[in-house]
This record gives sequence, C-alpha cells and structure tokens, in this order.
Amino acid sequence: MSPELKEASFSRCVVVGASHAGVNFAFALRKEGWLGEIVLIDSDLQLPYHRPPLSKSYLQSTEESGYTLLKAEDSYAKEGIELRLGLKVNSIDREGKTIVLQEESSLSYDKLVLATGARPIIPAIVGIQEASNVFPLRTASDVKKIREVLSRTPNPKVVVIGGGYIGLETAASLKKLGASVSVLEREARILSRITTSEMSDFFAQLHAENGVEIFTNKNITAIESTDHIAEVICSDGARFPADLIVVGVGIHVNTELAAGAGLEVSNGIHVDAHGQANDPNIYAIGDCTYHHNIHFDRFVRLECVQNAVDQAKIAAAAIAGKAVAYDAVPWFWSDQYDVKLQIVGLSEGFTELVFRREEGDRSFSVWYFQGEKLLAVDAVNHAKAYVWGTKFIKTRQLLDKAKLQDSKLEFKAAIILA
Amino acid sequence: MAKITFITRDKQSITLEGNAGSAMALAVANGVTGIDGDCGGVCSCATCHVYLSPEGLERAGAASEIETDMLELDDNANEFSRLCCQIEISDAIDGLVLNVAR
Ligand SMILES: Cc1cc2nc3c(=O)[nH]c(=O)nc-3n(C[C@H](O)[C@H](O)[C@H](O)COP(=O)(O)OP(=O)(O)OC[C@H]3O[C@@H](n4cnc5c(N)ncnc54)[C@H](O)[C@@H]3O)c2cc1C
Ligand code: FES
Repeated sequence: MSPELKEASFSRCVVVGASHAGVNFAFALRKEGWLGEIVLIDSDLQLPYHRPPLSKSYLQSTEESGYTLLKAEDSYAKEGIELRLGLKVNSIDREGKTIVLQEESSLSYDKLVLATGARPIIPAIVGIQEASNVFPLRTASDVKKIREVLSRTPNPKVVVIGGGYIGLETAASLKKLGASVSVLEREARILSRITTSEMSDFFAQLHAENGVEIFTNKNITAIESTDHIAEVICSDGARFPADLIVVGVGIHVNTELAAGAGLEVSNGIHVDAHGQANDPNIYAIGDCTYHHNIHFDRFVRLECVQNAVDQAKIAAAAIAGKAVAYDAVPWFWSDQYDVKLQIVGLSEGFTELVFRREEGDRSFSVWYFQGEKLLAVDAVNHAKAYVWGTKFIKTRQLLDKAKLQDSKLEFKAAIILA
Repeated sequence: MAKITFITRDKQSITLEGNAGSAMALAVANGVTGIDGDCGGVCSCATCHVYLSPEGLERAGAASEIETDMLELDDNANEFSRLCCQIEISDAIDGLVLNVAR
C-alpha cells in the first residue's frame, strides 16, 4: 500500500458536485484503493444522472422517469460513498480544512475535490424574469418543467434562444414531439463560435428540412407576456409568439467557491496535469477547470463528458499516490434527428480545412489543420473519420491532404497517411 | 425476460435479469465493473466493450457499421467484440454471456 493510501484510511475526501466529474471521481478513488471516507455533495436533489440525454432522447421520451442514472442507486452505499443530495456548499476554509454547508453546518476534509461544473446564463433581456414559461436546459428539473408546459399546451409554439448544440438538439427534440419550433440566433450563422460555416450550413439545412425555422442575426430586446402567451421581440422589429421559451446561450462556470477561498481562478479553476489546484489538498475536475492540454499546448476550459471523466480519473490516481498526467484528446458528440456529429480535438487556430464527402450517403468529415498538424475532425455520420482522426491526433502522424480529400480513394489509414 | 451473464476481467460472473433497454444499461444499473457507459448508450464512447462467443454473436447479431468503426478505438477489439449499449435485451438473447473487455 502506498503511503498516501495508508494514511488515507483515517482520512476524509469531500467532493462538491455529484455529476459526471464528481461521481466518476468518487468511484475511481475507491477503485484506486482509498480506504477513508468519501462524501459526495450536490445541491441537486435528483440521483446523479447523465446530462447529454436531457436535450436528446430524454426530452423526446414521454416516460416520466426515463432519465439515465450515472450509477445505480445502491452502488454508492456498496462502494462506501456517502451521497448527500439537496445540500449546497457555501464556502471553504482552507486553513481549517473545512467546508461550510448551508445552515452553517460544517464538515472537515483531508482532500477536497471541486466538481462544481457550470450553470446556464440567463441573458438580461427586458421581461425575461417576469415571463413564466422561460427555462434553461441543464438539469433534470428543467426538462421536467419544459415537459409540463408542453403537456398542457395544444400545438405549442416554442422559441429557442441560441443556436448552439444544446439549442439545436432541443429544437430537434421538441419538433419530434410535435411543437412548432423557431430558433433565434444572434450571430450571422448557427454554431458560429464552434465550427466552420460549411458545418453551420449543413445543420441549418437539416433543421429546415425537418421543419424547424432558424432565424439568424436576431438580437432579442424584450419578452412581453400576457396571460397565456409570451412574445419574443427582436431589435429589427420581428416578433415571435411563444408558449415556451428555452434559453441556450452558454454557461457561467461555478468558480465562486474556489475564488472565495483564494484559489487561482480565471476562465475556470486553475489546475495542473493532476487536477490539483494551488493548494496541495484541493483538486478541481470537469467543466469548472482551466487546464493545460499537451496535444494543443495551450490552456483550455472544456464543456464535455470526456474531460469530466478523464480528469476525475487522474485526480483519483493522484490522491491515491499514483501520479498519472492528463494527456487526453478532447471529444464530443451531438445527435440531431438521424444525424450523428462526432468531434475530436480542438479546432481553434486552424489554418487549413480539408473536406471529405463519402460517396452516396450523407456522411462527411471536416479536417482542421495548422500547417501539417491535424488539430481536429468533425465527422457527420462517419464514425470511421472520427476514430481515425482520434488516432492520428494522438500519434501526431502526418496526412496526405490531397488523398484525404479524394473520396474516390478508400478511407484507409494506409492510403491517407503521408 | 432475459438472463444475461457478465464476466468481468477479474473473472467474477454476474447474472442479471432484464426486460428491456440495453445490456449496457443493465450492467450499469447493477454496477458491473468495466462497463462505464460514459456516453449514456449512444455509441459515442466505446466504454461498454464486451466479447461474445461465436454462438452468442449469432444470437445477439453482428455489430452495425458505426459500432464496428467505434470498436476500432479499442486496440483490443476483435471479430467477437460488441459495444453492449447496442445490444437490446429481449427473450431472444436469454442466457447470453458477455465477457467484459476492460
Ligand atoms: C443539455 C446538455 C447536453 C449536453 N450534451 C453533451 C454531449 O452530447 N456530449 C458531451 O460530451 N457533453 C455534453 N454536455 C456537457 C456535459 O453534460 C458536461 O460537460 C458535464 O455535465 C460536466 O460535468 P461536471 O461534473 O464537470 O459539471 P456539471 O454537470 O455542471 O455538474 C456540477 C454539479 O455541481 C453541483 N454544484 C455546483 N456548485 C455546488 C455547490 N456550491 N454546492 C453543491 N453542489 C454544487 C451542481 O448542482 C451540479 O450538479 C451537455 C450538457 C447539457 C446541459
Ligand atoms: S455506452 Fe458509449 S458506446 Fe456504448
């Protein structure tokens, strides 16, 4: 047994946030052999669940209890993980190694893990606070409220504010449920911050074919509510009546706890390659972190399951005394209608794009290069491109761009490698 | 109702009963080690990799194209591999044995 584990048999590890990062961390820490207490705290009352299905399959399903649990209810007790739900952590006393919970009770820790994630931004639009049927989409309870409105409104009209992945997935899901859906995007194209214009065009077309209306360059100035319906008003005078408004305009990182305790915070909580913050007893993992990625040699803050799970594992290893450095290539997916988008790598800073369209079906991929270095791949209905993209980024192999682009050539590593 | 047996890497055998849903969901609901299901079962993460016997594969069916492609992420995949989030539980696979890959 490592000295860290031996010492740890009398120790307590407290985790704030029981979602993808916190839950995976707690189970990984036990698996690493930690013998001490593990206390996992979240203000959300629901048993921890997967977030990605909230805007996809879960929103579409009519079953009441259909959300996907991260772990079975009894597995927490089996692994000796004390799950404390419905409890907010208010502050950290680093000197006393304690956290203060709501109602002023406190809990001491030997190791503290912040997995506080993020919360949705509610833009400061006139009338948004007064409107009754406006919801973000981040938690199971948000989805529940959205479904309640839909179930009591015949032929509902929905306005989705924001054309990012969550907004577009929500639009696709609500359309499937029979709503008429309009997406209002402030920029000149949807997905503008995250992908190329070709990809934006593809998704705009996909939504148009499925009867979802997308309006770009729409700057919302006010929401006017009457008894039964709201109207979303834009700066160009356009008005959109809505029984339901879903807001998907991005997130605020939950860094207040860390900042209040004097930890280093900017665009997220600063952590090293082991998830450690600038306090040897405090770690941070998941959406709330600002960390270095060796494949792209820069600091990033990510919003994806991959990073939550991978940082959870390396932080657990570090606390158990095994130093494993974070070296993951980020990946992400989005499902809309029958289209599956898979993304690997980080495209920011690309200097050249290579498109590859597969013959016949609706499969294509976009390859982002910085000079000869492959940065990222967006694969639409083409898992092969995603898988090979992952391998090429990890191994830093050089590709023959002309061959890559030529869909008459078979998509094979032996052919597209330079 | 179908009985599905998972054999973990440390040779634990766990037999579970399910009615519907995927074999991955059944495994996660019962805490089978080595089946993580990080993507929630949409064939995007390859953390639900299992091996079947040739007979088992015949009953459960072969992997779809996307599944076969995703399996390539795992260097240990072979022709008896499946991602078990893509195996739907039904009477037809009663008695199936799945060897957890990781
Ligand atoms: C609708 C939707 C769809 C998505 N789709 C995808 C997808 O397809 N693919 C993908 O990779 N990612 C997707 N994501 C992103 C993914 O869900 C996040 O990256 C992931 O949830 C991050 O996990 P986390 O544990 O770091 O943070 P979070 O999931 O944000 O969890 C943080 C937890 O901490 C709790 N908390 C915070 N502060 C406190 C406090 N002071 N006291 C107590 N508890 C506290 C919160 O209640 C919350 O439960 C999606 C997200 C959403 C909302
Ligand atoms: S659970 Fe992600 S691929 Fe099966």
